[in-house]
Amino acid sequence: MDILGKGTGKQVPPSKNIAKERLRLVLVHDRASISPQLLEDLKEDMLKVISTYMEIDVKGTEVTLNSSDTSVALVANIPVLKINRI
Amino acid sequence: MGEVLVITSGKGGVGKTTTSANIGTGLASIGKKVVMVDTDIGLRNLDVVMGLENRIVYDLVDVVQGNCRLKQALIKDKRFESLCLLPAAQTKDKSAITPEQMKELCVKLKQEFDYVIIDCPAGIEGGFKNATAGADKAIVVTTPEISAVRDADRIIGLLEAAELRNPKLLINRIRPSMVKKGDMMDIDDIIDILAIDLLGVIPEDEAIVISSNRGEPVALDMNSQAGQAYRNIARRITGEDIPLLSLEVDEGILGKLKKFFGFNE
Repeated sequence: MDILGKGTGKQVPPSKNIAKERLRLVLVHDRASISPQLLEDLKEDMLKVISTYMEIDVKGTEVTLNSSDTSVALVANIPVLKINRI
Repeated sequence: MGEVLVITSGKGGVGKTTTSANIGTGLASIGKKVVMVDTDIGLRNLDVVMGLENRIVYDLVDVVQGNCRLKQALIKDKRFESLCLLPAAQTKDKSAITPEQMKELCVKLKQEFDYVIIDCPAGIEGGFKNATAGADKAIVVTTPEISAVRDADRIIGLLEAAELRNPKLLINRIRPSMVKKGDMMDIDDIIDILAIDLLGVIPEDEAIVISSNRGEPVALDMNSQAGQAYRNIARRITGEDIPLLSLEVDEGILGKLKKFFGFNE
């Protein structure tokens, strides 16, 4: 059957690459949910840095992981109250 | 003072019990005093893999609950004087013992033996907590399948949370012909994902099934690749520097011909 595949010029990625990519995505979530502390620590550090530049609403801040089929994104929603004039 | 090694994986069926039996046997074959403890209460199997199922009188729960002395429950292996098995109870459940009791037991066993090999049940609940409670080091068994690697990652996180740092990885059931075709994750792929040190690799080998059928650990089979791989792992555990087995497949003439004509299988 492989001969047919080559004949039509179709390139099917080796299945191990599919497995690796799927694992990579699923482990981002697994690891974050094993340790919610990780996101909490990250949020605190981010707030510290951002606070030197602007005044933000700490209570309204949200840091989460969002995933689609092909990627995972860190999404931060940080309401800005005032920007400092440096 | 001996060392307590827990053999764990998260996922079931990846070869924890086979690994426990063969690491135990491998260590005994090089002269170490070893006890294997089956902590899979209710689903014991290390006894049948070792061929010792007919000799069980007392079990782990009897020892912990004081129904017998520790020495009475230890079953001597048929092949090695220095190898013992402490079987799990079959009619109780995981809650029959506590992590504290396991810790105490491990301390006692360490005084008598060079190595205490703990066969951990699948899962991350009570049985896992019991098995890891008294351990000094952990070995994580996985196969090159996406589900087993995912569960191994989870277990590594839980081991670290339980202060069992730097677990070692054992990759079981590698099929070199599938790896070559790109249809199975290889050693580097798995290490890359799990980011822990490799202890060894066991190839898929019919000899494992045959040896379990007979109750003779494959580590005693001088003609099998898996047996050699387990003996090497035992020596690595004692600190020897043994290179990985080469798992290159010998294609034979037919394989080379097929390749020449463009067939992959």
